[in-house]
Amino acid sequence: MSKLIEEKDFEKEVLKNKETVLVDFYADWCGPCKMLGPIMDEISKEVPVYKINVDDAEDLAKEYGVFSIPCVVAFKEGKEINRSVGLRSKEDILKMVK
Amino acid sequence: MYDIVIIGAGPAGMSAAIYACRARKKVLVLEALTYGGQIISTNKIVNYPGFKEISGVDFATNLYEQARDLGAEFKFEKAISIDTKELAVSTNNDTYKTKAIILAMGVNNKKTGLDNEDKFLGRGLSYCATCDGNFYKDRDVCVYGSDEVALEEAEYLADIARKVYVVNKRSDFGNEVEENKLKVKDNVYFIFNSSIKSIVGDKAIEFIEVIDKSGNITNYNIDGLFVALGKVPENNNILKDIKTDDNGFVVAKEDCHTNINHIYVAGDIRDKNLRQLTTACSDGANAATMAIKEMR
Repeated sequence: MSKLIEEKDFEKEVLKNKETVLVDFYADWCGPCKMLGPIMDEISKEVPVYKINVDDAEDLAKEYGVFSIPCVVAFKEGKEINRSVGLRSKEDILKMVK
Repeated sequence: MYDIVIIGAGPAGMSAAIYACRARKKVLVLEALTYGGQIISTNKIVNYPGFKEISGVDFATNLYEQARDLGAEFKFEKAISIDTKELAVSTNNDTYKTKAIILAMGVNNKKTGLDNEDKFLGRGLSYCATCDGNFYKDRDVCVYGSDEVALEEAEYLADIARKVYVVNKRSDFGNEVEENKLKVKDNVYFIFNSSIKSIVGDKAIEFIEVIDKSGNITNYNIDGLFVALGKVPENNNILKDIKTDDNGFVVAKEDCHTNINHIYVAGDIRDKNLRQLTTACSDGANAATMAIKEMR
């Protein structure tokens, strides 16, 4: 399953994570985000997935230049290596970390 | 062997599946992404008969469950070719033989074709104001388009953003009433007979260069660019010998017949005047009914 985290846990869970991880920036009112949810849960069996609600983490969304959701950002050792915007297939998203 | 293979699990494709399943046909629905199509981006549907208000996701999910419970099989695979002679659809995974095919791939956003378009996607460039408008509170944005949809996008953004520029290649929007409603808003600025020449910025959009018909260039500082240039058919490169119009939409009348026997078209990818949820569902019903009637 994807793990919902708050802004304050972002550094510990994502930036200091030794593994390559995916962060799913989403909002409750966003339809495509809802549809992406089960796809991200499926992906989380292979790569750790963290979810950030942009309405609760406005500063973080701003810091990472998130202006469209869903936005999935791949982090490797705390650095952004790739991102995808909009509803994407499982294969497309996994390609970002492989 | 299937009776009907439907390409696309939007409202048109899923409506076709419901009608075909209720006629006890063996139905396969192929979908590249997830069920729902464009309607999932609509927050509130308020013009579908029988529903005062429903969210796009809820509507799509109901439709999906209805089709699935009636026996439609869904495979989340992208169709990559159609055999119009033998009647088969190939995906990235397999080839499915069938007695009839319904094309319901829908449409996608028309791009600007500008160099930086993909670079700025999600970093200031968007195709949907209701989806991304909230990120531009008290910022300056531009809507790029020349029809009613562009006006709707501008109207939505006018309540959120500081300034809304509307760049239109033509001299009007084809809807004077809506245009006049926006004209009285003091934060909306129309720029007619002009097009965007380039999008400039490093990590985010800084400004756009707008060129008018005389070749004069003006820069506008903006944070967000909302592209509303219309829609183009989705995945229509698989159509080959299926007849399309100049814009790539499949030519068919209300009976949803294409130029090839046992191949039908439904929804927004059909060449038609009104592209709405109701007309998509209507096409689905027509296409499935015709496919069943003419089945060998």
